[in-house]
Amino acid sequence: MSLLALLGVLSSTIFSGTSLLYATLGEVVTERSGTVNLGLEGVLLISAATGYGVTVSTGNPFLGVLAAMLASGLSNLVFGYLVIIRRANQLASGLAVLFFGYGLSALIGKPFVGKLINSLPRYMVPGLGELPLRYTSLFKFDFLIYLVIPMTFFIWWLLYRTRWGLGLRAVGENAETAYASGRNPGMIKFQALFMGGLLAGLGAAHLSIAFTMNWAEYMTGGRGFIAIALVIFSKWHPIRAIAGVLVFSGAVAFQLLLQVSGVNVSPFLLDMIPFILTLTVLLVWGGTRKHSAPATLGRVYQGTE
Amino acid sequence: MTQRIESLPVKSILHHKFFQHALRYGLTILLALLLFAGILLITGNKPIPSYRDLFNATFGSAYGFSEVIVAMIPILLTALAVALPSRIGMINVGGEGQLYLGAIFATFAALAFKDLPGWLLLPIMGLLGILGGALWAFLPAFFRSIGLVNETITTLLMNMIAPKIAGLLVFGYWHSPRETNMTPNFVDAARLPTFFGTRIHLGIVFGLVLLVLFWFVMKKTRWGLEMRSIGGNVQAARRNGIAIAPYMIIVFCISGGIAGLAGMAQVSGFYGLLIPNFSPGYGYMGFLISWLAGGDPLGILMMAFVVSVILTGGNMLQITIGLPYAAINLLLAFTLFVVLAKPVLPILLKRKTA
Repeated sequence: MSLLALLGVLSSTIFSGTSLLYATLGEVVTERSGTVNLGLEGVLLISAATGYGVTVSTGNPFLGVLAAMLASGLSNLVFGYLVIIRRANQLASGLAVLFFGYGLSALIGKPFVGKLINSLPRYMVPGLGELPLRYTSLFKFDFLIYLVIPMTFFIWWLLYRTRWGLGLRAVGENAETAYASGRNPGMIKFQALFMGGLLAGLGAAHLSIAFTMNWAEYMTGGRGFIAIALVIFSKWHPIRAIAGVLVFSGAVAFQLLLQVSGVNVSPFLLDMIPFILTLTVLLVWGGTRKHSAPATLGRVYQGTE
Repeated sequence: MTQRIESLPVKSILHHKFFQHALRYGLTILLALLLFAGILLITGNKPIPSYRDLFNATFGSAYGFSEVIVAMIPILLTALAVALPSRIGMINVGGEGQLYLGAIFATFAALAFKDLPGWLLLPIMGLLGILGGALWAFLPAFFRSIGLVNETITTLLMNMIAPKIAGLLVFGYWHSPRETNMTPNFVDAARLPTFFGTRIHLGIVFGLVLLVLFWFVMKKTRWGLEMRSIGGNVQAARRNGIAIAPYMIIVFCISGGIAGLAGMAQVSGFYGLLIPNFSPGYGYMGFLISWLAGGDPLGILMMAFVVSVILTGGNMLQITIGLPYAAINLLLAFTLFVVLAKPVLPILLKRKTA
């Protein structure tokens, strides 16, 4: 196997892992406030379609990224209306948002199928400019890729080093106590959902505008569900989410490597590896899981009147 | 007491539980249709002719109505697969995966034993379908029962794996000589019988019988009582000597088996072959139906019917006004939103004053 193939795999892993890390970060923020959004897949689809549509119409990929963020933020607010204001069951509302996303994204994306876009500009990784041309093309990344790791640390800082983050986590652990100490649980849950939506939007935008550079129905291919699994995998911690995404993307990369090196294994079998690996790690870490999940995750906050 | 005697008969009918239920369902659907009409207007379609098409495609003819029943079969079964474990407080989001495993196991039988007569082959396919779904449900149930991992997340992950197994088998081993993405057509002996010259197949009987059985077991047997007590208070049930872990595993496996049977019915009764990715989310739809109905058997039947009308009508809209098929998910989602948001309807409020 050539070095080029190896680096190619590495490069495509970075591209596909970025959207996943953004989505996982978003779900970490919402779940820390005690809300689990099972409809993340649908939100990502709406966001990817909107971002792509705006990029096609305006010719400006940065506007597309903004539109994608706004779209997923708003979709999460719809979900928030159901589970916070109307106090509906979170799992059922999440699945409703999933079908909402399937439907709305198909409608939004339909006029833009097959259209070409200006994708996000890519910049060379500093210090690699000396490499031969065929290598350099593999190490040109867009700003969303460069931003993802700093963003992870920023989210960690927000959650663990600011009053806002403290309040958010307090609401996730015990909304009544948070209310008693003068916070507004409903408002904080909404803020967490919107914030999570913005992050998911970055991921979806990266997927449709920077990585695949097209729109297709159901294009997220289960990324939303994978992100939800990775949140548990990373024990609701933003920094550990990097590790989770690395394990998952590593498994994807391994699968690509096998294919590149000509090992005759069915691609379907290889596609299973990341999920089986995630499942295994969940089982191995399962014993200590209880101590890290937000205590009121998934429960309906009945308000304090 | 005096109030009840004085109230007018019309009024008492209005406030009867059944009428209130029917009204609630009716208004829910009306609101959802209004919301979807907004979407139709935005996309440049005329809502009223579109809805006339939708109505004609479902209630307008015997054939249309039969198609609604056909669409109802898999989601009726997957909804049962969610309702059953929910009685002991377990959440089965894995109907989708269990459905695939059932379909895969049944397909194996259909291809391997195609020389057997139908009266023997079909039961084998059914049993293998149930076995496949039950196996897929066993792992999450086992890990939950020993307190390792929550079944919600494991079933979700296993949903992602199951269609890939179908892809692996179909593309790798089972595909027909001409097409690589599907198996050859099943022999006639491997097809569930259909009724009245329509596409309604025996699967509907599976669904209805299991629905009645579910009601009977829950209401009339000791098992039902024990299961309801586990769902009500695990601690109290344990102190009363009910073995929780075996119940969890057995109930979850049975529910997986029901979803597996849905998969078998779908490949044997509907398609007559196996295609990878044949399910447009039947497992998730089942979850929502069961949840909307609160796990109540009659409610499951009604909600499954409503969802099938939407799906069947949506098929027609795709043809007549060129909406992408996925767009009908919006009508489904609006129905769900309206139910989840529980809007305060004036006519239902009067009940309190009566």
